[in-house]
Amino acid sequence: MTMIDENPTGAPSYKWVGSRSIRPDGLDKVTGKARFGADLTLPGMLEGAVARSPHAHARIVSIDTSAAEAMPGVHAVITAADLPDLAEAGAKTDDVFMSEKILARGKVLWEGHPVAAVAATSREIARAAVAAIEVVYEPLPHVLTVDEALADGAPLLHAEMITRGVDPAPKTPSNAASRVVHERGDLDQGFADADVVLEREYTTKPVHQGYIEPHACVADAGQDSRANLFVSSQGHFSLRAMTATTLGWPPSALTVTAAEIGGGFGGKTTIYLEPLAVRLSSKAGRPVRLVMGRDEVFKATGPTSGSRMKIKMGVTNDGKMTAAQVWMAFEAGAFPGSPVGAASMTAIACYDIPNFLVEGFDVVCNKPKVAAYRAPGAPIIAYGVESIVDELARSINMDPIDLRLANAAVEGTQSSYGPVFPRIGFVETLEAIRDSDHYRSPVPEGMGRGVASGFWFNIGGNSTATVHVNEDGNVNVIEGSPDIGGSRASMALFAAEEFGISVDRISVKIADTQTIGFNDVTGGSRVTLATGKVVIDCCRAIKEDLCRRAAKTWDCEIGDVEWVEGQAQHASGTETPLSLAELAETAPRTGGPISVTKSDNVRGAGAAFTTQLVDLEVDEETGVCRVARYTTAQDAGKAIHPSYVEGQMQGGVAQGIGWAFNEEYIHNADGTLDNASFLDYRIPVASDLPMIETIVVEVPNPGHPYGVRGVGEAGIVPPMAAIGNAIEHGTGVRLNDLPMSPVRLLDAINQRNDG
Amino acid sequence: MITVKFSASLRDLTGGDEQIQVDAPTVRRLIKLLDERYPGISERLSESTSVAINGEILPDALYEDIPDDAEVHFLATLAGG
Repeated sequence: MTMIDENPTGAPSYKWVGSRSIRPDGLDKVTGKARFGADLTLPGMLEGAVARSPHAHARIVSIDTSAAEAMPGVHAVITAADLPDLAEAGAKTDDVFMSEKILARGKVLWEGHPVAAVAATSREIARAAVAAIEVVYEPLPHVLTVDEALADGAPLLHAEMITRGVDPAPKTPSNAASRVVHERGDLDQGFADADVVLEREYTTKPVHQGYIEPHACVADAGQDSRANLFVSSQGHFSLRAMTATTLGWPPSALTVTAAEIGGGFGGKTTIYLEPLAVRLSSKAGRPVRLVMGRDEVFKATGPTSGSRMKIKMGVTNDGKMTAAQVWMAFEAGAFPGSPVGAASMTAIACYDIPNFLVEGFDVVCNKPKVAAYRAPGAPIIAYGVESIVDELARSINMDPIDLRLANAAVEGTQSSYGPVFPRIGFVETLEAIRDSDHYRSPVPEGMGRGVASGFWFNIGGNSTATVHVNEDGNVNVIEGSPDIGGSRASMALFAAEEFGISVDRISVKIADTQTIGFNDVTGGSRVTLATGKVVIDCCRAIKEDLCRRAAKTWDCEIGDVEWVEGQAQHASGTETPLSLAELAETAPRTGGPISVTKSDNVRGAGAAFTTQLVDLEVDEETGVCRVARYTTAQDAGKAIHPSYVEGQMQGGVAQGIGWAFNEEYIHNADGTLDNASFLDYRIPVASDLPMIETIVVEVPNPGHPYGVRGVGEAGIVPPMAAIGNAIEHGTGVRLNDLPMSPVRLLDAINQRNDG
Repeated sequence: MITVKFSASLRDLTGGDEQIQVDAPTVRRLIKLLDERYPGISERLSESTSVAINGEILPDALYEDIPDDAEVHFLATLAGG
């Protein structure tokens, strides 16, 4: 990998930040000691199972659980009647929808929608009891795509839903939940000013986050209306709040412990099993474990949206983008909440285009409610926009990187979604790819080459951390952000850098919801920035405290003491420096235990940009593509642990390659899913991928003490467009529908050959 | 005075106004003022909305201070992955 520093001579040098320390979770994970969501076993624990709808859309006429309840070994059966009716209670619409996602009430809205749950002495008995639950359904017509859902006379999922954001407000309900718009300038004039105007239409299918570990949890409810939850989650505080809302409990009644997590990618920022497990446990009076099978993960947890997009863009012959018109409709699944809002904001955010209209619709349909997936919404719209940008470059015989450079958003550009960009590193990622060995090398014989770029906001948010100095001078960092991308290592590096001690002396733990203050989810590429910020704040407060204790020891003013390389030093040099261990040993006499807690709603997030380059080979006999070389350049701000940063960049690309070539939900005419397994839903495996080369660009984020931006999401934004661009470069065939699977590519090649 | 810029998604409620200047020290006070001028807008702004103050997007900004001369945008809620 390559590191590119914006200002190598002016940047501060660090001893630990930027090093590749040994990952603290590695030993437990490779020895099997790490405990994931399904790994907790408690005395008397029951196993649960969930009864799910076989229909895409149906009215529930009746549910008879008596046979299941009578089975030996069954201890509890629940339906929606066992949860509070939030609609009747006048709860917020979003909370009502969340509750109805957990257990259907009145109607089922997709195949896999939970209707009941069972706890029994074994999983086999629980599954048999699920099969014994008699549900009478009245099937209803379904809609699976935005085209079907928006068609005149389409069956409605929610009879009262009026499209928001339309003026005047519609008088009749529809499946369009909301409309978002961003516009600027004079669109007609912009297209009139262009020498070339292209108009294209694109579609994408729902794809799943594909985490290896299925959803799993163990609930242990007491007789005092309190419960413990052990769960695979990206955010145990948010999960606690959502679970409590669904149960009608106060959040403080739940103590939630985050297990190690086997992948999330956004899909574990919401709830599915947790309220069921708690309710079953409280009803049975025993702990209950619920674990999804892979088919349940596919059928009942959020993929990201399928979509239809119409894009028109204009450019002058000298490479100035003059206008863009973008229309998109995103599948939300059964309840409103697709990432179309973010997609509309990211659509043309890479570029400074004077005239544009971006319009997006959030559309419900009879599929599982979508969930966040790495830079939610951005990869979908980038597939369209970055494809048409590539076609524009070719149409004016301009290098695709030069066209992007000529229109790139920079510091001071008013973004397409409104705010003015602060210091950003988009140009630097373009230059990094342009100057790379990969781009400077000729395209190998028989291959195609493609480029695409991407943008993601990154966020800050709420974090809490506690830092203790132990009696031996080693340091404990306690935080509340589940580690899904190496955050424990980064927190340890921050603490080591701040204290000036070896990272081996730092221990980082993720605390449960009873032990540490609130933390937002691990998502939005926020943890290294936000949780890192509060850890740094703790360390700096402790250093000040340590200097105060040294001043007390030396009977001098605190201003005479400074913290240098792991020890307190007297400015005069007359005192023997005091190490962290020495100050820790005397702590009872200098003020008591050395410990600081900091909480903050952290601001200062810095946007992430990436540019990616791919060479691929197309087998024109089969339509199969082989990715021969892939290089990704991304602005990390500052790479705290470069190996993890590279891993995030590579992981995003790997998932994007799967999204480009193979991944899709395939529903049949009945509205049920035909490929709910990893045999039929093909994610990339190691042999599908080359070594993905990384160029870590470091344009420091002025909003963070170490310049961190966040790297977890942007990497998945460009791959589908980059690959589509490479396919066209290599074959002359342009595919505007994802996935660009062998059968679709072969069809297009055959059509090309047929003239 | 701060400048509030409305996205096209809100202009059905602002009667087409693209931007206004008001005195408001916090986001909460700003939304109250906007609702007096554009009745009903507070409901839209209070749910599912992020706020950008001088370019920084804040997902949960109701009680945030707004500096003098700031530029404020109301945006769609962001959900990271």
